[in-house]
Amino acid sequence: MKKRIFSLIVVAAACSASLFAQSRTSLRINEVMVDNQTNVVDEYGERPAWIELFNSSFAPLEISSVYITNDKSNPKKYPIPLGDAKTKMGKRQHLVFFADSKPTRGTFHTSFGLTPGQDNWIGIYDADGITLIDEVVIPASLPADASYARTKDGGDEWQVRDGSQESLYITPAGANQIIDENDRVKVFKERDASGAALTVMAMCIVFSALLMLCICFYIIGRINKTFAQKRKVEAHGAVAREIPKKERPEADSGEVIAAIAMALNEHLDAHDRENTILTINKVRRAYSPWSSKIYSLRENPQRK
Amino acid sequence: MFGEFFASNLQRFWELTGFYNATWEHLVMLCVGLFFIWLAIKKDFEPMLLVPIGFGMLIGNIPFNLNAGLEIGIYEQGSVLNILYNGVSAGWYPPLIFLGIGAMTDFTALIANPKLMLIGAAAQFGIFGAYMVAMALGFAPDQAGAIAIIGGADGPTAIFLSSKLAPNLMGAIAVSAYSYMALVPVIQPPIMRLLTTHNERRIKMKPARAVTQREKILFPIIGLLLTCFVVPSGLPLLGMLFFGNLLRECGKTKRLANTASNALTDIVTILLGMTVGASTQASSFLTAQTIFIFLLGFMAFIIASASGVCFVKLFNLFLPKSKKINPLIGNAGVSAVPMSARISNNLGLEYDPSNYLLMHAMGPNVAGVIGSAVAAGVLLGFLA
Repeated sequence: MKKRIFSLIVVAAACSASLFAQSRTSLRINEVMVDNQTNVVDEYGERPAWIELFNSSFAPLEISSVYITNDKSNPKKYPIPLGDAKTKMGKRQHLVFFADSKPTRGTFHTSFGLTPGQDNWIGIYDADGITLIDEVVIPASLPADASYARTKDGGDEWQVRDGSQESLYITPAGANQIIDENDRVKVFKERDASGAALTVMAMCIVFSALLMLCICFYIIGRINKTFAQKRKVEAHGAVAREIPKKERPEADSGEVIAAIAMALNEHLDAHDRENTILTINKVRRAYSPWSSKIYSLRENPQRK
Repeated sequence: MFGEFFASNLQRFWELTGFYNATWEHLVMLCVGLFFIWLAIKKDFEPMLLVPIGFGMLIGNIPFNLNAGLEIGIYEQGSVLNILYNGVSAGWYPPLIFLGIGAMTDFTALIANPKLMLIGAAAQFGIFGAYMVAMALGFAPDQAGAIAIIGGADGPTAIFLSSKLAPNLMGAIAVSAYSYMALVPVIQPPIMRLLTTHNERRIKMKPARAVTQREKILFPIIGLLLTCFVVPSGLPLLGMLFFGNLLRECGKTKRLANTASNALTDIVTILLGMTVGASTQASSFLTAQTIFIFLLGFMAFIIASASGVCFVKLFNLFLPKSKKINPLIGNAGVSAVPMSARISNNLGLEYDPSNYLLMHAMGPNVAGVIGSAVAAGVLLGFLA
C-alpha cells in the first residue's frame, strides 16, 4: 500500500512538472504597429494596428487560451480561441494579431484596438488570467507607419522602426534581424582563427568534467573500503595484519602465491573459507518447433 | 497509332531507368560502396558497420530521374528512405546506439582505478588538435568541429555532431570515422612503439580492486549528473549512455538491458549504417573536401593515440614507483571499444608474456567514450 501511495505521489509530481514545462513563459510581444497607413493588409483588405508575438523557445508552443489585452484591469480581454490549428507556433516563429476590435473576423483579430497618439500598454497573460507573460508600453510618439520592435527577436532592447534602412525594416510575421550566419561561428571565425582558444577551453572543460568524476569515485572508493573493513571486523573480529613488504620473503610475488594456492587446491581439494552465497540462475530453454533450427534448415547431403 | 503510343511510353520508361540517368559520379560512388562491402566481408574490417554503409551507398547512388516525382530518393521528403534518414538528420539514432553501448559496457575497470579517466580526457586532444589543423586549412569553425570529432574514434558521436554542425559533410565524416576505427590495429601500434621505451612497455600494473555493486549503480547516476551539469549539450549522448549502464548494473532490469544491448542496438545499427551510406551522394561526397576530411580524420586519430600515450608518460612522473601506469594503455583513451584496449594488451604481451593489460586498458577505453561525448557536447555548445 505504501509503495502504491509513493508511486502515485511520484507520478503526480512528474505530471505537474510536465505541466510546468508546458507554460507559455517563452511567448514574447515582438513588434507592434499602432497606426497602420500603408503597411500590412489583413484578409479583409483593411490596415488595422497589429501586434506580433514571438515564440522565443526552441520548442513548439500552443498559445490558445492565452490572453492578449490592452487593459491592466481586464487581463482576460481577448482570449486566443481554442481549436485553431494556426495557434500552434513552431520554434522561434512569429504570429501577427490585428488589433481592430473585430474578434468575429477570426482568431487573429483581437477584441480591442490601439489608439495612435497615446501610450498603449499591451500585455499577454497565461491561461489562468493572472500570470503576466510579457508586457510593453508603446510610446505615444510612435509615428504613423512605424513599428515599435525588439532589436533582436525576443531580445530586451526596443527601437522605433520606420523602414528607412536595413536595420530598421518593419517585419510583421518575420524575424526582426537578418540572420545569414550563426553568430557563435562568426565570432570564432573572427577572433579565434587558429582554433587555439577553443582547444584550450574545450580541453579544460573535458578534463574538469572527467577530473570531477575521478575525484568523486576516488572518494566513494575510499569510503567503500573503510566500510568494507568495518564489516570485516564486525564479522570476523580482528583483521589479519598485513605484512610489510620488507618482511616478506624474496619470492613473494603474486604469481608464486597464486600457483601455490592453485596447486594446494587441486591436491587437497581444500578451501580456506567458503563464501556462503549461493547463486542459482534459472536456465530456461523454451522449446518450440516454430523456432527450431531442425525444422527450418535443410541438411546438406554429405558424402560418406 | 498504337506503335506511337507504345514507343512514347517505352521512351518515357527508358528515361526513368538508371541506365539513362547514370553519370560517372554515380558509377564511382557505386564502386566506393562495393569497395566497402569488399573490405567488410573479405578483410573483416568492421563488417557490422561497413556492410550496411557500403550497401547503403549502393542504394543511395542508384541513378534515377529526380524530376519524375517518384519520391524514392533519401532527400525527397516523405520517401521511405527519407523517413528512415530522419533518425540521422534529427540525430536520434546515435543516442539510441549510446543506450546500447551503456548497456554493454562494464565500467568496473574505471571505477576501480578512477585516475585512468584522465587518460580518456587527454586523448580527446586528438579532436581539438585536428580542429586547429582544419581551421588552418580554411574550414569554417562548425565544419572544422564536425570533422575533428573523428579523432574521438566514436562513430555515433561523429554522426550526431556532424548532423548538427555540418550536415553536408556528414556522409564523408561517418565513413571516415568508421574506416579509421576499423584501421585502429594498423594505425596505433607504430605510434605506441615510437613513443615508449622498452622498459616502459614492461611496466606491470597492480591488479584492480574489487568493485561493489553499489559503486556500479552509483557510477551512471553520478556520472550523468556531473558530466551533464558541466556540458548539458552532451545530454542526448551522455544521458543515454549512463541510462543504458544503469539498466545493466542495477540488477533489476535485465530484460531491458538485454534488449538495449542486443536487439535495439542491432536495429539502430542497421538503419544508421544503411541511411548514412545512402546519404553519401556523389555531389557531396566526390569533392576535394572529402579528401581533406579523410586526411584530417587520420591525423586526428594519430594525435589522439599519441596524446594518450604521452599523457601517461607525463602522469608517471608524478606517481610513486609502485603505482606507475604502463603507457601502452594510453592509446586506449580513444573510444574505439574494445579494439584499442585489445591492442594495448597484445602489445604488452609482445614485450612481456605475463603482462596482461586488457582490464587496465578498458579503464581509459570506456573513459574515452565518456570523454568523446563530453567533447562533442563542448563543440556543440560553442558552435551550434
